[in-house]
Amino acid sequence: MIIEHLSYSYNSGTPSEALALKDVSVSVSRGEWVSIVGHTGSGKSTLAQHMNALLIPQSGLVEIDGVQVTPKAKGLRELRRKVGLVFQYPEQQFFAETARDEIAFAPANWGASGEELEQCVDYAVSSVGLEPDLLGANPFSLSGGQQRRVAMASVIAMKPDYLVLDEPTAGLDAPGINELIRLLKKLRSEGLAVIQVTHDLQSALDHSDRLLVLENGMSVAGGAPEEIAQYLLENPVRGLVMPPLVQFAAGLRERGITLDLTSDIGTIIKKIEERRPCAGIAGERQDTCSF
Amino acid sequence: MQFLSGISLGQFIPGDSLLHRLDPRCKIISTFLLITGLFMASKIPDLVLWGIFLLALPALSGISLKTILKSARPILFLVAITALLNLFWTPGRAVFQAGFLKVTEEGLMTAFEMGMRLFFLVVFASMLMMTTNPMAFSDGLERLLSPLSKIGFPSSEMAVMMTIALRFIPTLFEETDRILKAQLSRGADFESGGLLKRARSFIPVLIPLFILVFQRAENLAIAMESRCYVPGMARTRLNPLVWSGKETAAILGLLAFITAVVLLDRSYFLGFVAI
Repeated sequence: MIIEHLSYSYNSGTPSEALALKDVSVSVSRGEWVSIVGHTGSGKSTLAQHMNALLIPQSGLVEIDGVQVTPKAKGLRELRRKVGLVFQYPEQQFFAETARDEIAFAPANWGASGEELEQCVDYAVSSVGLEPDLLGANPFSLSGGQQRRVAMASVIAMKPDYLVLDEPTAGLDAPGINELIRLLKKLRSEGLAVIQVTHDLQSALDHSDRLLVLENGMSVAGGAPEEIAQYLLENPVRGLVMPPLVQFAAGLRERGITLDLTSDIGTIIKKIEERRPCAGIAGERQDTCSF
Repeated sequence: MQFLSGISLGQFIPGDSLLHRLDPRCKIISTFLLITGLFMASKIPDLVLWGIFLLALPALSGISLKTILKSARPILFLVAITALLNLFWTPGRAVFQAGFLKVTEEGLMTAFEMGMRLFFLVVFASMLMMTTNPMAFSDGLERLLSPLSKIGFPSSEMAVMMTIALRFIPTLFEETDRILKAQLSRGADFESGGLLKRARSFIPVLIPLFILVFQRAENLAIAMESRCYVPGMARTRLNPLVWSGKETAAILGLLAFITAVVLLDRSYFLGFVAI
């Protein structure tokens, strides 16, 4: 999936025109986990909707598996199957009487029926680890975590090649988040591209292969987690909680110790140890200062 | 793809113009005066005067003429139908005839006048909504209707209901847009098939929407209760409405203009008959 120089504004041509994306480029390949991080209103959800051809680029290029997204392009429906999009709070889309019907909705829309449909549902259910005896239940009667899994399954059931998730961890408790991360890692190892839209920098740094940082609709940084951590140390992004490691490095820097966050943890620890006994730390008594 | 966009009929456009600052009561009364005036006088010479009035609106409201004209777009269809009906069903001197369809001179005139009258009506009414924020509007309406509460009309409850309804219209559009998109990305197809199939395809949109609306209503009820809302209790206002000289002047000025238009209409009519 290739996105180049994408710009988009809402209500274009009216007094309430609002620029949502400006000159954003990113590419994602299968088997890769890319996180798009940004503050509220940074344009990350708008970007996610472009990946699914729900929004057509106003300028710039969106190309998925060789198909370019234009207003008249053929095969946009097929693209929506290829790129599964899990909206924020996806359980708000529920309408069916049973969890099974909910999960079967998407594959049935693409013409699956009978044996094939069963197979899609089974694949999705086992993929998200949903207890099969919950399938007959009313989706609204399930617990929050189970609802989220049904919602995920309802997208995974159409066997997408790319999975775009808009704030997938919102409203989940810690075990629920861990479970979700495990599921996404498993899907990635099966060859899916995972694109996670989030404002949780720490989780994005921990789990993704690459990150794209958006600020006010513009991409300000992109790259591997270590590079992004280093970038954040130099340029904190307004509206995002800085990860503890970055805060720690920033604190050390104020005291004259420079850490290179692109190096691995071992090297960083060694570097801190070399500074003992804290000769460089001003105004502190040496004996109270130990690492 | 942006669904349900371009619904600008009466959407508030924030600003700081003369019209924005006028008391909402003054604007509501003015709109009624204008509509009354339109119904009393909508011959072609009068329409020119209404047109001049329309051209003055951008200066008074700080809203571009284009946006003002656009507000009539949703009812253009209605305008066209009204005009067409009048075009063919007005008896008089025929200028064109094809089978049972007969276009008369009078028909042409009435069609144009009716269409324009409807157009001005919508533009003036949406002018009110474009320059009045919904809260101020329902405040104004409540005050205007408050004399009726003496005969048991629940004017303040009405105002609260209206405020809530107006407040949630954009929210509901956003929610609908989101659910539409979500179902679309799960392969829902709203465009192909017969009427029945298409109607059925909206079930996955309507059910989640209803659920959301009920959830919102419940949350809102709890929020209102926790702030001690009691229906019918007298409440004070953070920003009380103020009727100053500017409002009186505006009403008087508008009355003078409308009287002039109506007088012109009558004299034109009388002159026409005399000839």
